Amino acid sequence: MMAEVTATALPDLNVEHAVALLRQMLLIRRFEEKSAELYTLGKIHGFLHLYIGEEAVAVGAMHALTADDEIVSTYREHGHAIARGVSPAAVMAEMYGKSNGCSRGRGGSMHLFDVEKRFFGGNAIVAGGLPLAVGLALANKLQGRARVTVCFFGDGAVDEGEFHESLNLAALWKLPVLFLCENNLYAMGTGLERHQSQTDIQAKAQAYAMQGEAVDGMDVLAIEASVNRIAEHIRDGNGPYLLEARTYRYRAHSMYDPELYRGKAEVEQWKQRCPIENFAARLRESGLLVEEAWKQLNTSVAAEVAEAVAAAEAGPWEPLEHLLKDVHTLATADGRGDSL
Amino acid sequence: MTATMTYREAVRSGLREALRSDARVFLMGEDVGRYGGAFACSRGLLDEFGPERIRDTPLSESAFVGAGIGAALGGMRPIVEVMTVNFSLLALDQIVNNAATLRHMSGGQMSVPVVVRMATGGGRQLAAQHSHSLEGWYAHVPGLTVLAPATNQDARDMLLAALTEPDPVIIFEHAMLYPQEGEVDEKSLPLDIRHAAVRRAGSDVTLITYGGSLGKTLAAAEELSGLGIEAEVLDLRALRPLDSQAILTSVTKTRRAVIIDEGWRTGSLAAEVSAQIMEGAFYELDAPVARVCSAEVPIPYPKHLEDAALPQVASIVETARQLCEKSA
Repeated sequence: MMAEVTATALPDLNVEHAVALLRQMLLIRRFEEKSAELYTLGKIHGFLHLYIGEEAVAVGAMHALTADDEIVSTYREHGHAIARGVSPAAVMAEMYGKSNGCSRGRGGSMHLFDVEKRFFGGNAIVAGGLPLAVGLALANKLQGRARVTVCFFGDGAVDEGEFHESLNLAALWKLPVLFLCENNLYAMGTGLERHQSQTDIQAKAQAYAMQGEAVDGMDVLAIEASVNRIAEHIRDGNGPYLLEARTYRYRAHSMYDPELYRGKAEVEQWKQRCPIENFAARLRESGLLVEEAWKQLNTSVAAEVAEAVAAAEAGPWEPLEHLLKDVHTLATADGRGDSL
Repeated sequence: MTATMTYREAVRSGLREALRSDARVFLMGEDVGRYGGAFACSRGLLDEFGPERIRDTPLSESAFVGAGIGAALGGMRPIVEVMTVNFSLLALDQIVNNAATLRHMSGGQMSVPVVVRMATGGGRQLAAQHSHSLEGWYAHVPGLTVLAPATNQDARDMLLAALTEPDPVIIFEHAMLYPQEGEVDEKSLPLDIRHAAVRRAGSDVTLITYGGSLGKTLAAAEELSGLGIEAEVLDLRALRPLDSQAILTSVTKTRRAVIIDEGWRTGSLAAEVSAQIMEGAFYELDAPVARVCSAEVPIPYPKHLEDAALPQVASIVETARQLCEKSA
């Protein structure tokens, strides 16, 4: 259980599939680089938490799931949403606060939702999504549906009581949920060794009689293989699982973070393990990616990001008279809002 | 056709009907199964409905309330029992940050039809961590519906009505009410939970209350009648949304109002009701609005101090009498 899972051998890899993984990671990277730029231009407001460096986790995991499976996410969830198939245009419009956003502009960067994609949201309370995932899994079990609920959270969430309560409850009731910890080594600005007494996060599963393992969070194939195998294990009725993806965030915690808590050398060291560059290099070495294809990939990704920005720019603002909409169904229905 | 039963039996009657009529309904909480519920509301239900639908949980309020919210997102109709409002503070994050927000934050895509029941209130010498009335805190939050059944009929009907709501409902059952006997019609028509009820008609002063204070308020109204003061007693029933129209209609008629609320006075639900009267009926009043609330103290253990801390018949009578005499 302790061993890190190694990637499947590249020669077995289907070229379309490999390029799809690469493209999606690249799309998330470029989308977020553009988001940071738009933030400094005052187009995006509030908090903006970038996923840059961690793309392999979302892309590998989502490719291992079915359309019926469910995702519960965090406030660093642009990558999760896009990898799940939420359109980049709807995500960008949401960050603009426009009504063509995936949450009609009501959530912003931290609260992306898409019920069609079974994407149950960005949750901005650390560990707040874990109990929800347990409940979604409970509903699936009670209704006899062979779905897996995947709950993303960071290493900071492991500090919270809700992590421990949720793992216990899910294990006790043998619920079909995959707890996927994206350990990027920092709970905001507090390093793992400064916020956890036991830094081997996957080992905590044992305390709940649950299976746990770690995976290289910079290797998209390793993650896809792990989640594939674990999702089947869960679908077979074996109860929940804790998977710790060891990854790293290249950018600041949010746009306000001067990064006083870590050195540049450490960041540079992790950048040598860039999930996109390294995967592209492996594909080139195996003859699965030629330079022309790489150029085309970059061109098409740039076009998709540009389309997303255009859609956000063109999107309408929610009218002021909708201020109290969607707070409470019956209050909305009789037009008085939820005010007393 | 009515039957005499206790308040806890009325809750059980509602639970049983809900479980029988809708396969999506299940009950979970601490000791709701084998133990039969800390207040015996669910006694016998485990045998009747089995452990899949009557689920004992670990002592982890945040996880099992959150799981109720998640199960509601997943198409179930969970009833979550939290032993008391005091313990619900451990689940406040899930109720306020998730249940109340998900519909709005998702632009109307998510629906959270969860019902959370909990006991509230003092009067049993259980001291400062088992006796508080924090209903007003929940009533502060947009996105929640907050109910406080004061009668046995409402204890049953409000639960069934709550289960038809597409949004989260919090039900407060005052712990002193559980042994209360009363008539319950088990074939009653569906209840509109958004309406307050006049429990006693009167012309001189409106006594506005809810939940565990209704009995004391009705007793006070009887005493006041002996003093020549006819009090109207308005049972709010729903603490969010408040039935503002019923409040203003009654106060406009009687021209005086006393609000009886077991919450602490500062920042209380009584303060909100008072403000609404000021905003909507100020020029109809013959006297300032008065309040009978709990004393500003963590509820003490010894009986004489606890009694002094909570609204009582005598304090209600005295407040209403003085109000009427000064403005006669």
